[in-house]
Amino acid sequence: MEFLAAGFIEDHIVPKFNYWIYVILMMIGLYAMITKNNLIKKLIGMAVFQTAIILFYVSIGVKEESGIPILSHGQHHAIVDEGRPSEEVITKEKFANPLPHVLMLTAIVVGVSTLGLALAITQRIYISFNTLEEDEILDQLRRGGHD
Amino acid sequence: MTMKFFGFVAVVVVGILLLAATGDFPEWGDPHSPASEGQVSSFYIERTVNETKVPNMVTAVLADFRGYDTMFETVVIFIAGIGIIAVLRNFGDGAAHVPDPPEPDEGSDLIVRSTCRLVVPLIQLFALYVVAHGHHSPGGGFQGGVMLGASYILLALACGLPAAKRRMGERKAITLAASGIIIYAGWGVACMFCGGNFLDYASLDPLLPGDKAMARSHSMLVVEIGVAFTVTAIMFAIYSNLSTRGRLEKGL
Amino acid sequence: MIWQFDIIILVFMVVAAIIALRVKDLLGATLVFGIYSFLICLLWAEMGAVDVAFTEAAVGAGVSTVIMIATVFATARRSRD
Repeated sequence: MEFLAAGFIEDHIVPKFNYWIYVILMMIGLYAMITKNNLIKKLIGMAVFQTAIILFYVSIGVKEESGIPILSHGQHHAIVDEGRPSEEVITKEKFANPLPHVLMLTAIVVGVSTLGLALAITQRIYISFNTLEEDEILDQLRRGGHD
Repeated sequence: MTMKFFGFVAVVVVGILLLAATGDFPEWGDPHSPASEGQVSSFYIERTVNETKVPNMVTAVLADFRGYDTMFETVVIFIAGIGIIAVLRNFGDGAAHVPDPPEPDEGSDLIVRSTCRLVVPLIQLFALYVVAHGHHSPGGGFQGGVMLGASYILLALACGLPAAKRRMGERKAITLAASGIIIYAGWGVACMFCGGNFLDYASLDPLLPGDKAMARSHSMLVVEIGVAFTVTAIMFAIYSNLSTRGRLEKGL
Repeated sequence: MIWQFDIIILVFMVVAAIIALRVKDLLGATLVFGIYSFLICLLWAEMGAVDVAFTEAAVGAGVSTVIMIATVFATARRSRD
């Protein structure tokens, strides 16, 4: 039994430990979104969920030997000024995949503006109900008095 | 309690399904994974510098190859800002509301205010550098715009919201945000007038110095400036509305 | 890509996420969430996604922490869970 568990860890968890941790983070966020009572806690859970997804996307673009997706000065000079063909200067494996970076960069900025919108709605709820706890808001709604 | 239990069960089930799926993912950092082998990303890595003369692939892909994406993301940011103002902005109840007496840059403390005076210009200068130098180093319109917005937020935190509002009023902020999108979209329309498609920067070649590739490089700068305008204004509008419950008076 | 570095940051991130969701003081929760954002930014810089790391440092750790603190001050600071 112990041997089996060790084998499982070695075969499935160790090579893909980052994916496992992304899933754990995502589930922490999902659990918080479902069960937390406080609206700001729910929003923090939502942000954790979102960052886990972004993390997954960015990690797709990683290559083992890669650096950042920016050409060095020498490479840029060689291609633009000396006119050498780019296939000769650039080795594809040396650069991280820029596509997920671009997609996630905009997603982060849009994420913060939508978080701002969510916080604005939270404040509006606080102005109307004078509480941020979900069950108290539901109580007040059940009793009526709010349109 | 039942909610907690069902939530936990749902999370465990979803988690187990996702963990089972991790077995099918490519190895970590595999340079031959499908995402890295695909036509599109190979094209971006190998041909970006020939077509645009921009060494930072992320900026080139962001502002040029995927220009539509970035433009509509900017529109989403603008809409979120307008939504915050619509949800939260409180214009007071007219006559009943007595405006605060005008206070000179009141704030917490002399040291905080003086430090803020020293630091804010530096932050703004660095933000402009980040916008302008995004072609060659990490940076670009989004980052620079957020930093410019953060400099106004710092001003509002240290010297009070009125001091920041004198420099970036609400009307000014919304105009700036809208003008950013107009710059972006207008540049795309300018491409159409020069005979290309929408956001096809290479067609602006007769108007800009250099060849077609340089025209694309220069157009990226214009587009990033548009993005930076929108992001700056919306970040400050979000902060100023959230910190005052939409009254835009005293601030934190 | 250094996997030791990677795993330390990832474990810290899980810890930070759990603390941010368990602290009853919302101001504290927001600040721990800021720490979480900085850790994730470190991880991205290490993965070679410098633009994303830069954005996260400015947006996630900077502005989103500030607007959450602003909301906490404008509403209630205590949370029941």
